[in-house]
Amino acid sequence: MNIELRDPNIIMKLSRLGSFHQSRLSFLRSFLSEFKDWQYNRDLFDLDQEGYGTAVYSFKKKDRVYSLICYANKINDDERSDRVIATKWDAAFTLHDGVPLKGDIDRLRNEVPKQEVGRLTYKELTLSRANKSVRVFDHVVESLSNGNQPDLELLEKVGYLYRTTAVYGSGKFGLADRFRIKNREEINGPFRLEMMLVYLVRQFTFDQVNHVARNKNPNSAVKLDPKICRSLGIGNSTGLGMAPFIVNHPTLLNNWILSREIALKKIREIKIVKTQDRDLFKDCVKSSLKNITSWNTESEYQLKKIKLLLKDIKKFTSFLEKEFDFQKDYPFNEIYLWLEKETCEECIEYVVSIMMEPFGDIVQPLVGQMSSEEEKYFNIPTERNVGDLKKILENKYSNILKINFNIDESNQKFWFISKNKEEPRLANRFEENGADLEQPLAIARDIKKLYERLLPLKDNLKINQFLIDNSDLRHVVRRAFIIEKFPYSEIQDNTIGEKLVPIDMLRLKLSFFGALKFDPRSDKWLRICMFQGAPLPNELKDYDEQWVYKTHS
Amino acid sequence: MKSLSEIETTAKRASRAAGYSWGIAEEVGKSIRLSELFGFPAINHLNQYYLNKKKENFEEIKLINKINKSEGSSYCPIMVGVNFIDQVKNIETFKKCSVENLAYPLLILSFLSRASEIIGKKLLISFDDCKFLLNFNVSISSNILDKEIPKLAKKIEISFLDNKDNFSDQDWKNLYKLAEDTFVEETESLKQGAAGAGLTDND
Repeated sequence: MNIELRDPNIIMKLSRLGSFHQSRLSFLRSFLSEFKDWQYNRDLFDLDQEGYGTAVYSFKKKDRVYSLICYANKINDDERSDRVIATKWDAAFTLHDGVPLKGDIDRLRNEVPKQEVGRLTYKELTLSRANKSVRVFDHVVESLSNGNQPDLELLEKVGYLYRTTAVYGSGKFGLADRFRIKNREEINGPFRLEMMLVYLVRQFTFDQVNHVARNKNPNSAVKLDPKICRSLGIGNSTGLGMAPFIVNHPTLLNNWILSREIALKKIREIKIVKTQDRDLFKDCVKSSLKNITSWNTESEYQLKKIKLLLKDIKKFTSFLEKEFDFQKDYPFNEIYLWLEKETCEECIEYVVSIMMEPFGDIVQPLVGQMSSEEEKYFNIPTERNVGDLKKILENKYSNILKINFNIDESNQKFWFISKNKEEPRLANRFEENGADLEQPLAIARDIKKLYERLLPLKDNLKINQFLIDNSDLRHVVRRAFIIEKFPYSEIQDNTIGEKLVPIDMLRLKLSFFGALKFDPRSDKWLRICMFQGAPLPNELKDYDEQWVYKTHS
Repeated sequence: MKSLSEIETTAKRASRAAGYSWGIAEEVGKSIRLSELFGFPAINHLNQYYLNKKKENFEEIKLINKINKSEGSSYCPIMVGVNFIDQVKNIETFKKCSVENLAYPLLILSFLSRASEIIGKKLLISFDDCKFLLNFNVSISSNILDKEIPKLAKKIEISFLDNKDNFSDQDWKNLYKLAEDTFVEETESLKQGAAGAGLTDND
């Protein structure tokens, strides 16, 4: 049986992309899988009684060492902010390439806490900062110092001790460019070093909280139960900064989505599913219910989605138990078709993620295909002609060409870079200034404009001649030739329309990171949790691959 | 030290601010990144060019011919570079072309380097006493190390070099002969058995 890959016109809609969930393809899971046999070490832990100071953690294999350097600093409560405009944080981190010398640690102590205004070097790979969840951190210190474990209900509600507010890599602020490290086998997957940083930060938060509790009351303090540690992750506040990334990296986006689509296709094409694979799938669906019921948010938008997801997952579980026969041929195809007919987008994508759980042999090879050599596809094939380009637009952007951009609703928003923080922002074109400095992220509008400009032209006109007088549309001409080869490279929606929900764009990216429990705080930023339920560094040699569905066990 | 990623992003944004479309700005970002990677002072020249662009008019070439003469003001190196990449397959038929009165000629180098990769031919660029050999966008050889690169080229010549060896037949023969010393002289028995296929496989 040959199953077609799903139609990009459906999958690349923002409402669908905004319904994606983590899976075995997610970067934090592939990071754990890649580094499970590396030697983990805490090389330095020089904190004062209150928990301020420096710590170094590392992963080592043969001659390669990656070291996380942590700087924990005292800040006042009124200085603590998750917004990108903050200038101080409870802790700041960098991942150093190799073993840092004392000189490196001293040099970085002056730079890393400054974050965006500090300067890093090619010896540093990623940079981040994090703030305490003061309520949880203080409660845990208090409990441990009195010889008690903390209140699990409170911990479950928040899910972490610290949350990061940005993680930078790939050449930002002087960090190493990707070309310097891209050929290393262990980082053949997107954002792997960013994931390593976050994972080691998580361990630092446990070590710090234990350290502070012990110093507060050396005689009665106990350590945080490893089981509780495992159930905690690292929070993250994410704003619009992530949204342009997926527009600006079309071949990378394609490779992420294509890997997911190929995995689904191959799973649907399995004629007979082994009993153990069937049981694992059913087990994950069942145990994942706890992830949904413990998903806390005050966002009405997300609450509605969770409610619908829970209702549909229960319906699906009942279908699996009472009606479905796994003995029939191509059972996962049957399941998929049922989901499409009977459940919401959020539920479809939720189950698609779980379908991958039993099939590491299908998923694992795809992980290595999720990076992209973007430079290779940058040049426009200017020898092609207008007829070719028209056909590409008609075939690949058919829904976008139907959007009416002559009405204000379709043009309401514009993307810009803020002058004070150099971060992407979104504003109303008809109410705010700055639309003249709009970023090139209105792809749907510009594609439609390109199509309208091409229509009256002769098909045999060469692209190099077209570009001479139409350089304002050069950026979308390039994209059109990219989508010809990379069908999932483009969001098939209007990114400047009145109805745009920007957090859909963030969720797409965060789901590939492996985030759980999306908690929108507005339509423009959200909080998430990473590594909740993940094995601790000293447990990596032998861990349960499905930990993500057992965060509460 | 600035990373190449910072160089590309800043050059792209500055180019947009200097009045180019986003598509052209993307091209400039890539090309400046490449020039800096090759070790040329591209940021310095781009900066000076954009400062001058506020005061002076530069001519924007459209169709590149065998001989290109500006009418009064000097040519914008960005548009010469972008159009060269776009039209390189046509321009290649001239074998050689020239652009007179080109501002900041250093800025077109990386565009031409990318063009060299597109057509799979080396390009030889010369202006004043500067020479550059562009090798398929893998490297650029030049005679300008430690020399100041002029801000204006009265005449720049671009030659498409035929794909041919860089060495004499004799050099090759000598080297090949030396390489043969790694081969094993075949005995009768090796001739019979070492090749895999039989000696009578002419059916």
